[in-house]
Amino acid sequence: MNLKLHVWRQKNANSPGRMVTYEAKNISPDMSFLEMLDVVNEDLIHRGEEPIAFDHDCREGICGTCSLVINGIPHGGFRATTACQIHMRKFKDGDEIYIEPWRVGPFPIVRDLMVDRSAFDRIIQAGGYISENTGGAPDGNAIPIPKEKQETAMDAAACIGCGACAAACKNGSAMLFVAAKVSHLANLPQGQPERFRRVLRMVERHDLEGFGSCTNQSECEAVCPKEISVKFIAQLNRDYLRASLMSARDAE
Amino acid sequence: MSEIKLDSKVPSGPLAEKWDRHRFEMKLVNPANKRKYHVLVVGTGLAGASAAATLAELGYTVETFCYQDSPRRAHSIAAQGGINAAKNYQNDGDSIYRLFYDTIKGGDFRAREANVYRLAQISVNIIDQCVAQGVPFAREYGGQLANRSFGGAQVSRTFYCRGQTGQQLLLGAYQAMCRQIELGKIKPHTRTELLDIVIIDGQARGIVCRNLVSGEIRSYVGDAVVLATGGYSNVFFLSTNAIPCNVTATFRAYKRGALFANPCFTQIHPTCIPVSGDHQSKLTLMSESLRNDGRVWVPKKKGDTRHPNSIPEDERDYFLERKYPSFGNLAPRDISSRSAKEVCDEGRGVGPGGRGVYLDFADAIRRDGKAKIRERYENLFEMYERITGENAYEQPMRIYPAPHYTMGGLWVDYNLMSNIPGLFVLGEANFSDHGANRLGASALMQGLADGNFILPYTIGDYFASGKKLGQGNRPPLDHPEFRRVEAEVTDRIKRLIACKGKRTPTEIHREVGRMMWDYCGMSRSEAGLKHVLQKLPEYRESFWRDVHVPGTGEELNISLERAGRVLDFIEFAELMALDALTRNESCGGHFREEYQFTEEEAKADPTGKTIKGEAKRDDENYCHVAAWEYRGPGETPVLHKEPLVFTEVKPTLRSYK
Ligand SMILES: Cc1cc2nc3c(=O)[nH]c(=O)nc-3n(C[C@H](O)[C@H](O)[C@H](O)COP(=O)(O)OP(=O)(O)OC[C@H]3O[C@@H](n4cnc5c(N)ncnc54)[C@H](O)[C@@H]3O)c2cc1C
Ligand code: FES
Repeated sequence: MNLKLHVWRQKNANSPGRMVTYEAKNISPDMSFLEMLDVVNEDLIHRGEEPIAFDHDCREGICGTCSLVINGIPHGGFRATTACQIHMRKFKDGDEIYIEPWRVGPFPIVRDLMVDRSAFDRIIQAGGYISENTGGAPDGNAIPIPKEKQETAMDAAACIGCGACAAACKNGSAMLFVAAKVSHLANLPQGQPERFRRVLRMVERHDLEGFGSCTNQSECEAVCPKEISVKFIAQLNRDYLRASLMSARDAE
Repeated sequence: MSEIKLDSKVPSGPLAEKWDRHRFEMKLVNPANKRKYHVLVVGTGLAGASAAATLAELGYTVETFCYQDSPRRAHSIAAQGGINAAKNYQNDGDSIYRLFYDTIKGGDFRAREANVYRLAQISVNIIDQCVAQGVPFAREYGGQLANRSFGGAQVSRTFYCRGQTGQQLLLGAYQAMCRQIELGKIKPHTRTELLDIVIIDGQARGIVCRNLVSGEIRSYVGDAVVLATGGYSNVFFLSTNAIPCNVTATFRAYKRGALFANPCFTQIHPTCIPVSGDHQSKLTLMSESLRNDGRVWVPKKKGDTRHPNSIPEDERDYFLERKYPSFGNLAPRDISSRSAKEVCDEGRGVGPGGRGVYLDFADAIRRDGKAKIRERYENLFEMYERITGENAYEQPMRIYPAPHYTMGGLWVDYNLMSNIPGLFVLGEANFSDHGANRLGASALMQGLADGNFILPYTIGDYFASGKKLGQGNRPPLDHPEFRRVEAEVTDRIKRLIACKGKRTPTEIHREVGRMMWDYCGMSRSEAGLKHVLQKLPEYRESFWRDVHVPGTGEELNISLERAGRVLDFIEFAELMALDALTRNESCGGHFREEYQFTEEEAKADPTGKTIKGEAKRDDENYCHVAAWEYRGPGETPVLHKEPLVFTEVKPTLRSYK
């Protein structure tokens, strides 16, 4: 099939960008979306032009690196699918496709379709962990964890940190990302000692990085390739409230 | 002749006591002095991230480097199946000794006994550590950790987090790193690629990197350099590795004098989704946990194009069950892969191009119900459907072997130090524990063992042994050696940009990779390897005429990154083929067509364990590690042999019949 692509091109963080139109010719339905871009890029290099820079690594939907807004929707709007897992059989001959980077203030554009998501790393650094040094851990079965709890923790832990949630949110909020980590650890016995400190610090860092606040629009859940549920945001809110009350009491 | 002497530094004493004894005998760095030592950790996969976090916890100062935009995205993330540990929670007869024995045997008796034993010992601590960090391993209803059996093991010792074990383990290590970053003990560098290593007065003292965003070339100095940069499966172009995975770090170290061990030991994974066309950019693994319930078969008849569901039972060949009755569909990876190739070579392969075999769940669905199978493998079935458009609940999957893991890597001693003092190598990047073939779920184990529990001890011994290290002893960044290496790196980039040939780096990579797959992949012959060794120097030369890299070196340039990696792969491929040609035996993942059992030999074996066409090891002449020394451009590398001595287990025919 043949397609017409409109792609965001921007040389670096400081230069202006614009949409540029390309033809993608002889695209096979078995190709992945990124393989289709590979084909376009090979053609560009042959013509002496610079290829379109986009982020990708595993191409298996697990590393969270790919980050394309396709036809206005982060990861393109296919259920539980990252951009790298879309196959061209989902498109048809003659389609026009718009491809843009995540657009959220705290994720500045690096080049073309690549953005800088280090804000997410800094949110985890603020407290998204269990403070346990290597070496002193008790036996793995010393503390039984009910299967339901572990399953819930796993549901939340499945977040791949791609940033689609923030890219989809009209407020530019990354609360689903924060909630996923908070809930992963809050559902495990090992996560309890730091539970309330963690939620306060992570939310504080989230705001500091310039992400907006959550007004329960659920756009995030709709685009999340790992189908992380907004119920985790509710859990975060409960924990946050308790934590705030506790720290207010401690301050008295 | 070269003066390098390989000393494995394996401690004396009984096998089970070696590691304890060694830990006692190693020198310690006084806690207050630890912050004076600075460690450069390159790679933040399981091995690198766990090492960085643990070193920082101990008090060392650490800098980390990775080419992704975040440490959390290293390719360890892609591991689906699980991680082994000799916990014996299932009470099914597992023990440290059994894990040790399985790993040694699985590796076809080409690994160091003492290393493997230590790995099995440490495995139990890893699980405890991960649980404490919040890794959400699968649990039973009683709240206990769940296990499954995996890739060639007859006990249930594999721990897992749905189909995302690698991701969850890596997040555990990454989060531990994040905590140390917040505490100011680790300084992370992302989108930063190592391009060379700096050795001063015989010790590894620094690295030269390119900032992938700005293009800046910069040096970093430390008291030790740790490479945890993963494997080199992308030498075949198509593999289950991520596209940017590369051999650059380890190959650069090799060119600076580190020995490269067993480069021909590569693992081909039996359960990958077959290639669909020329556009293919990488291959996708289907976790081999699927083999617990799927049955592998091809039609008995050549060129049978009927739909799989309409091929009657008695016209199917369940070739693994037929050839290996006791292991059946769980036969080790190398054996399963080769068997699949064999039936396809006979013209009985299925799917486009006839390069595929069926993995059939119909019996399991009949036995356990669709719901159970869905619960076990839902995400894998979904992934398969997404890629192929086929529903594996309704018809068998098609699978074919693909390059997946590399057992070879930089040579290290028992302390995980290469022959260059101060250069440590961890995880898939080293050659250490898997011999000629790695068992499933043991790479994650090795990465975390190296990073969490081995390096943190052995690096202290290196620092404490007084070789002018630590604060105040570090060479300045304008040391002539840093300057010289920076200039070489910059010059190479300039030359790549200046080429302006007619081919893209990817095109060249695809062509060389396919040649390596054909002649140095699942099976190898003397003639094929000689052919490759003749072609590769031509590619090495023509690369500089043919390649085209648009843009400049002073900006984010994806073609430039690729070109540099491809060039290293081409040069490295030569070493790999040479090693394969020199190893005149078949063992594990290294199958030389000249060395297999004949029909007569199989018939003559009174135990009945020998199978025609099976790999024929030569313990008399090849029971050693082949460690190669670089001797300059165009020169033949020098082979150093580390003999493998087995005191505890006797190398036997690795029979899975
Ligand atoms: C699809 C797949 C599934 C697997 N499943 C399993 C499984 O179920 N169980 C199991 O035990 N094993 C499995 N393995 C194997 C296992 O995942 C890997 O061997 C292991 O994770 C490697 O870890 P590592 O830390 O050594 O390297 P990696 O995780 O590959 O990390 C390499 C790091 O080095 C960095 N790096 C590389 N080169 C450079 C450079 N030049 N400059 C700067 N940084 C660099 C990268 O950025 C990255 O941070 C699987 C492998 C694959 C590919
Ligand atoms: S590239 Fe890894 S999730 Fe898309």
